[in-house]
Amino acid sequence: MATTDIHIHHETEHHDDHDHEHHEGNFWTTYIFSQDHKVIAKQFLITGIFWALLGGTLSVIFRLQLGFPDMNLDWLKPVLGEWITPEGKLDPEFYLALVTMHGTIMVFFVLTAGLSGTFSNFLIPLQIGARDMASGFMNMLSYWFFFLSSVIMFISLFLETGPAGGGWTIYPPLSALPQAIKGSGTGMTLWLVAMALFIVSTLLGGINYITTIINMRTKGMSFTRMPLTIWAFFFTAIIGLLSFPVLFAAALLLIFDRSFGTSFYLSDIFIGGEALPHTGGSPILFQHLFWFLGHPEVYIVLLPALGITSEIIATNSRKPIFGYKAMIGSMLFIAILSFIVWAHHMFVTGMNPFLGSIFMLLTLIIAVPSAVKIFNYVTTLWKGNLIFTPAMLFSIGLVSFFLTGGITGIFLGNSAVDIQLHDTYFVVAHFHLVMGSASFFGMLAGVYHWFPKMFGRMMDNRLGYIHFWVTFVGVYLVFFPMHYIGIAGFPRRYYSWTNFETFSGFADLNTMVSVAAILTLAAQFIFLFNFFYSIFRGKAASANPWNSNTLEWTTPRNPGHGNWVGEIPSVYRWPYDYSKPGAKDDFIPQTVPYSETPESNLPHENELIRLESSGGDGSIIVEGNKH
Amino acid sequence: MTTDIKIVEEAKKPLSMHPQKFAMWLFIVSVTMLFMAWTSAYIVKRGEPGWSSFELPQEFWTSSVIIVLSSISLIWAQVSAKRDNLEMVKVAVSITTILGLAFLAAQWLAWIKMVEMNYYFTGMGSNTSSSFIYVLTGVHGLHLIGGIVFLLIVLVSTFRYKIHSKNMVRMEMCATYWHFLGGLWLYLFVFLVLNR
Repeated sequence: MATTDIHIHHETEHHDDHDHEHHEGNFWTTYIFSQDHKVIAKQFLITGIFWALLGGTLSVIFRLQLGFPDMNLDWLKPVLGEWITPEGKLDPEFYLALVTMHGTIMVFFVLTAGLSGTFSNFLIPLQIGARDMASGFMNMLSYWFFFLSSVIMFISLFLETGPAGGGWTIYPPLSALPQAIKGSGTGMTLWLVAMALFIVSTLLGGINYITTIINMRTKGMSFTRMPLTIWAFFFTAIIGLLSFPVLFAAALLLIFDRSFGTSFYLSDIFIGGEALPHTGGSPILFQHLFWFLGHPEVYIVLLPALGITSEIIATNSRKPIFGYKAMIGSMLFIAILSFIVWAHHMFVTGMNPFLGSIFMLLTLIIAVPSAVKIFNYVTTLWKGNLIFTPAMLFSIGLVSFFLTGGITGIFLGNSAVDIQLHDTYFVVAHFHLVMGSASFFGMLAGVYHWFPKMFGRMMDNRLGYIHFWVTFVGVYLVFFPMHYIGIAGFPRRYYSWTNFETFSGFADLNTMVSVAAILTLAAQFIFLFNFFYSIFRGKAASANPWNSNTLEWTTPRNPGHGNWVGEIPSVYRWPYDYSKPGAKDDFIPQTVPYSETPESNLPHENELIRLESSGGDGSIIVEGNKH
Repeated sequence: MTTDIKIVEEAKKPLSMHPQKFAMWLFIVSVTMLFMAWTSAYIVKRGEPGWSSFELPQEFWTSSVIIVLSSISLIWAQVSAKRDNLEMVKVAVSITTILGLAFLAAQWLAWIKMVEMNYYFTGMGSNTSSSFIYVLTGVHGLHLIGGIVFLLIVLVSTFRYKIHSKNMVRMEMCATYWHFLGGLWLYLFVFLVLNR
C-alpha cells in the first residue's frame, strides 16, 4: 500500500533551529568542500589574497619598464623566460598581456570575488542572524566555480603565446582576431572561458546573498535595523545579478565571433591585404554591452567597501552613523544610476554629441549621492571619540581616496573634457584612486576589523599601523603624479615613451612612481606576515573586541557551523546606538530590548514598548529568570 | 532564590518567503537580463547599415503553439496536485515533458528549414541577423533542456509521492520556471516577427 509523507511547510517559517547540531565532518567536508558560509568566506579571502599578490607583482613588472626604460631586465629571465628579449628588455606584447592581466585580476578576482565573496559570505548570515546562507550548497558551488575560473586564468599565464593581451576590456576586433597579437590567441580563449565560469560563480553567490538577506533575517531585524554593511552587500548583489548576465551575453557573442565565424562585432577587416569573411558586425556594439556591465562593476567593487567602512567608522567613532537613511538612499541612488551612465566610457567612439550630453548629465549626478556619503563619513567622525585601530585608519584612508579620486571623475564625466583626457594616465589615476585603492582599503579595513571573528585572534596593531602609513603614502605617491602625466597627454597602455621628445621631461616622475609602487607592494608583505602569523600565534580575541553593536559579536569566539549556540538572538534596535546619552556603556548591542534601557530611551522608543505591551495577543513576552 | 520576571517588547518576525522559490525568481531575473542584452543588441544592429531582413520559418509558429499547450498541461498538473489527484499529476507532467521535447524538435526542424532558406549561423553566407536567430533560439533551447530536467525530477518525485497538496514547493518552482520559459519564447518570437 502506498503511503504519503506529509510535510507541512509554512511559507513564512523562519529557519530557526534546523541545523545547529554540531557537524563533525572530516578534513575534506570541514575545510575544503565546506558548506559553512564562514569557511567559504575564508576560502574566498585566501584565494583573493593570492590573486592580489600576483596582480600587484604584475603591475610592478610593467612599472619597471615604464619607470626605468633603459634597465636591463635579464635578472627576471628565470621567472619570465622568453618574455625577456635577448637585449634584456620586456617583450612589448608581453607588456600588453601584463597590463591586461593586472586589470582582470584586480577588478574581477580580487575586488569582486575577494571582496564581495569574502565579506558578503562572512557577514550576511552573522549580521542578520541566520544559521547559514539560504543554500549552502549553491554557496559552495559559487566558490568552486570561482576556483575553477581562477585555475584556468592562472594556466593562461603560462601559455607560450602568453595570456590575454587586449586590455581588460577586451575590445574587438583586437581581441576577436587571433592573428592580431599573440595575446589574442589561446590566452584570450582561456580568458573568456575563465570569465564565463566567473560569471556563473558571481550569479550563484549573488542569488544566495539577496535571498538570504530578504528571507532569513532573525526576529526583529527589520530593513531599517540592518547594518549598512548588509545594505551595501544587498545592493551589490542586485547590481551583479542585473549586469553580469549582460557581460555573459557580450562574451558569448565574442566567443562565437572568435571560434565559430560569426560576425557580431567584426566587419570589413583586411589582414595582409586579404579581406576577412566577416561582414556586417559592429565593434561599438561590444563596447555598449561591455560597459553595461563595466560601469555597474565599478560599484560592485566599491559599494561593499563603502558598507564595511560605514560600520567601522561608526564603531570606532563611538557615534551613530550620521544619516543612516541617507546612506541607504545614496547607495540605492548610486545603484540605479550605475545602469544608465555606461556610455561615458565611450564619448570618443563617434557617439551622437546630444546622447553624449545626456550621459554626461547622468554621470555628473552620481557626484550627489557620493558627496552625501563623504559628508556622512566626515560628520560621523566629527567630535567622535575616535579610536584609531588599523581598520579605522584604512577606513579613513578609503574616504580620502574616494574623495580625491571622485573629484577627477567630474572632469572625466564631461564629454568635452574627456576628448582630451580619454585613455590617458589621468583616467588611470582616477580609477585607481576611486575604485582600486578605495575598494582595496575597504577590503583591508574589513580584514583588520573582522579578523577576530574569523580566526578568534587579534592582528598585531603596530604592524597594522606601519602597513597603513606606507600603503597610504605609497598609493598617493603612485597615483597623484599620474594626473599630471595624464594632463600632459601620456596615453595608457603604451610600452614606452622614449620615442617622444615631449614626454622626456616626465621621465623622473615616472621613475618616482615606479619606486613608490615597489615600496607599496613591499608593504603588503607586512600585512601578509601579520595575517598569517596572527591566524596561528595572534593574541586571543575577546568575544567583542571593538565593543560593537552588531549581531556577529554575540556569537562565541570561534562560532561553529550554525553560528549561535542555542537560539538565534532577537533584535530590538538599530545597530548604531553608540554613546547614547544616559546609557551605562558607550554601546548598546542590537539584542538589548528598549525595555531594559529606560535610562537612555528616547520618547518615541518608550512609545514602542508601551504600544507593543498593550497590543494584544502575543505581544508581551515574559521571561522568567531564576537567581 | 527569587524569580525575576522580565517584560520585553516583542521582536517582530520580518517578512519572508520560501528561500528556494525566491532564489528561483532571482535566477529568472538574471536569465531575463541575458536575453534583454541580446534583444537590445539586436535592435541596435538592426538600425545600422548592412542589416538584411529575413523570413521566419513556419516551424516557429508550430513550436509556439506547442509551448503554450505545455504550459496549459502543467497548470493542469498543478491543479491536480493541489487536489491530491496524483494519477492525474503523473499524466499531466508526462504530457508536459513530451510537449517540451516536441518543442525542441520543432525548433530543430526550424533550424533545418533556415539552413534550407540559406540563413546560416556562421561562414561566408551568414548575416548578423540570422546569427542572432540561432543564438536566441539556441540559448533559449538550452534553458528549456534545463526545464525538461526539472520536469523529470518533478515526475520522479510524483512517483515517489513527494508531491501533493501539502508539498507543492518543487512543483511550484518547476511551474514558475516552465511558464517563464514559455513566456520568454513567446517574447522572442513576437520580437523576431516584429523586428525582421
